[in-house]
Amino acid sequence: MKKIILSIIIGSFFIITSCQKLMPPAPKDEDVLAGTIPGLTAEQEKEHLVGDASFGKIFTKEEGLGPIFVQTSCSNCHIGNGKGHPSTQLTRFANVNGSVIDYLLNKGGPQLQQHAILGYLPETLPTEANVFSKRIAPAVMGLGYIAALDDQSILNNADPNDINGDGISGRPNYVTPTSFFSPQSIHIPFNGQYIGRFGKKAEKVTIQDQVVFALKQDIGITSDFDTQDLFNYQLGVYTGDDIADPEVSSGFVHGLVFYMRTLKAPTRRNKDNADVIAGEKLFAQIGCTSCHTPSFTTAQSDISALSNQIFYPYSDFLLHDMGELLDDSFPEGSANGFEWRTPPLWGLGLAKDSQGGQMFLLHDGRAKTFEQVITFHGGEAASRRTAFNALSQGEKDQIFKFLESL
Amino acid sequence: MKNLLPIILFLLCLQTIAQTDSSFIKRTPADTNKLKMNMDAVYNRPFLTMGKFPVAIGGYVEANSSYFGTDGVTEGLSFQMPRLTLFISSSIKKRIKFLSEIEFEEGGKEIAIEFASMDIELHPLLNLRGGVIMNPIGAFNQNHDGPKWEFINRPFSATTIIPSTWSNVGFGLFGKYAMNNFVWAYEAYLTNGFDDKIISNPENRTWLPASKENPERFEESFNGVPLVTTKTAIRHRKIGEVGVSWMGGVYNQFRVDGIMVDKQRRIDLFAIDLNTTLPKINTYITGEWVWAMVEVPDNYTKEYGNKLRGGFLDVVQPILKRKILGWENSTLNLAFRTEYVDYNVGTFSETETNIADHIFAVVPGISFRPSALTVIRFNYRYHWQTDLLGNPAARTAGIQFGFSTYF
Repeated sequence: MKKIILSIIIGSFFIITSCQKLMPPAPKDEDVLAGTIPGLTAEQEKEHLVGDASFGKIFTKEEGLGPIFVQTSCSNCHIGNGKGHPSTQLTRFANVNGSVIDYLLNKGGPQLQQHAILGYLPETLPTEANVFSKRIAPAVMGLGYIAALDDQSILNNADPNDINGDGISGRPNYVTPTSFFSPQSIHIPFNGQYIGRFGKKAEKVTIQDQVVFALKQDIGITSDFDTQDLFNYQLGVYTGDDIADPEVSSGFVHGLVFYMRTLKAPTRRNKDNADVIAGEKLFAQIGCTSCHTPSFTTAQSDISALSNQIFYPYSDFLLHDMGELLDDSFPEGSANGFEWRTPPLWGLGLAKDSQGGQMFLLHDGRAKTFEQVITFHGGEAASRRTAFNALSQGEKDQIFKFLESL
Repeated sequence: MKNLLPIILFLLCLQTIAQTDSSFIKRTPADTNKLKMNMDAVYNRPFLTMGKFPVAIGGYVEANSSYFGTDGVTEGLSFQMPRLTLFISSSIKKRIKFLSEIEFEEGGKEIAIEFASMDIELHPLLNLRGGVIMNPIGAFNQNHDGPKWEFINRPFSATTIIPSTWSNVGFGLFGKYAMNNFVWAYEAYLTNGFDDKIISNPENRTWLPASKENPERFEESFNGVPLVTTKTAIRHRKIGEVGVSWMGGVYNQFRVDGIMVDKQRRIDLFAIDLNTTLPKINTYITGEWVWAMVEVPDNYTKEYGNKLRGGFLDVVQPILKRKILGWENSTLNLAFRTEYVDYNVGTFSETETNIADHIFAVVPGISFRPSALTVIRFNYRYHWQTDLLGNPAARTAGIQFGFSTYF
């Protein structure tokens, strides 16, 4: 009996002292896309968590979901803050007739909501639509650094007339700001328009623009910044949703914006690996960095942890002609169908961990390997594709290892 | 608290009587007849009877501590009292019985009548039951008392696919037929059922427990179509019991003011359960597997699956059965549970890859029973939860210690 009691006492002591060791370890910081930028205060960390909860919030019809929608929450498309999956692909549409662009706003445009709350009819594409752009969600990490960049830093890389003769002619997408846009010292207006830096075609000036647009067009949630709810035009105007608008407050929107501003940039992996180093050199050597600019430095920010920070997005945030294969014929702002903002490459090595074990790359997820992505490069980037194709398989593999390290 | 007061007063009264005459209150032990089946669980409980007082009472209580962590993040140590349950039974007349089970969950945050029915025995093969009924789907739903189990947490499949305790208002029949070592039993009920919350909820998946949040379900059916639940089981005195059950109905509101506003959307659950005790070594094995089919609208998001499945298997091995610490016939058990649930069986049409959204768990444990009515449990739980796309699983582990006892 004494042995049993002694065993229980020793066992209990062992369990109490080893609680932590019996728990699953945390994944390495470099292996996940969640986490905050370094240098936040405890209060800012807390605000980040509030926004994180909003980002993961699943909306129901009682809370204003829809009545038509693409998804029920932000995190359902941006799983783990990473790139989206083809199953959550969205479709934008318009009627383009020469230089006349009609986003068919009175027919449910510019975005299709293919899902609906129970008992309501989802949208279908209107017969008038003749251009369609399918897109998967982008990763959302590191956006605070991009938001803290001043316009001049973006303009420094612009060369619309290819004066330097490198074959690359990036230009900013000047867009008409939203009614709630409030210019900051980083913004430089041009004819009443501002440089877009968010979105696949750089069609959004600020994170807030993107958040308000996505809440409404993706989830069917109205906010203080856009109180007009969605409905299916085929059923009749203002049908379906009897929840009072706005369905979320400005505080909710600001929480989401703060969350994205303070989400860390992806941490590089295997940076010192010889192949990764060689791949990085080759990447620059064949001219990829003409658009995929490795680094920028932020301006002063109201969040001090974002002020004067060097970050490594591998993007110039400019529009480029990407050629026929990537032409979706869907214009946004001043961007034409064949023009796309250089997508940041950071976090590329972790893409498959948010896309179900395999990569779905490019704006619509059509490419499953880095090589396929490069193959689709045309227009201004055709010369870089040709240079890549001229590399040996070993050199190509080194470039892939470099991309995986981002 | 207002609801608790009459019950507390009632118990105090009993206590006063007991102090006057210590022989007044007698314990009626649970019937351990091997021919008792899962369907008998509501009666197979210990009760206190008081002289010729026609009402017997009983109940059980559970409390535990837990320390859980997911991928290196822990909320620390916490203590829970998940439920305090009171049973009240009464033999109104010969072959007419009433039995109820009232549960106070999480310190009284939720008070629910889990069972309150009147049984009229016309013949052993034909009994009428009416009231709040525990739908006989699987075995755990009817046989869920904490002291009967060696594990602190209820199985995922029995709480999130079959939303135990799943009880509804309704009527039905049950009966048993015994021959030699065999007993065959059946149950068939019509009750109120599910509502559209199962596919409109913040869980981000088809989630049958969401219907339990609707308090109106004890007042009226959500759509006027009854939920049908049937079960048949067979037990051999020496081998064990196997049960097969089905529960099906319509979950959406398809008609409003006589106008058809949607098609009828069905929900169907099939379950198989078994339990046995291996001869000589007395290893007790019990398990349950359930399939759920839900007609989700085609235009719904992929998160809300139309097929779900899951189950658990418990193995309990007594390793010591003798007087321990002064308690006669105490038992020390080793226990192991493995469980799995897949909330979304299917493939993505866009990529033809598997839809994941599943959990796999293993739970080794030790339990000590100073008597058959009381169990002190220590569990270590480890589970892997994979999101919809099948990304690297979130790993959760936890240590739990607690007790559960009838009183």
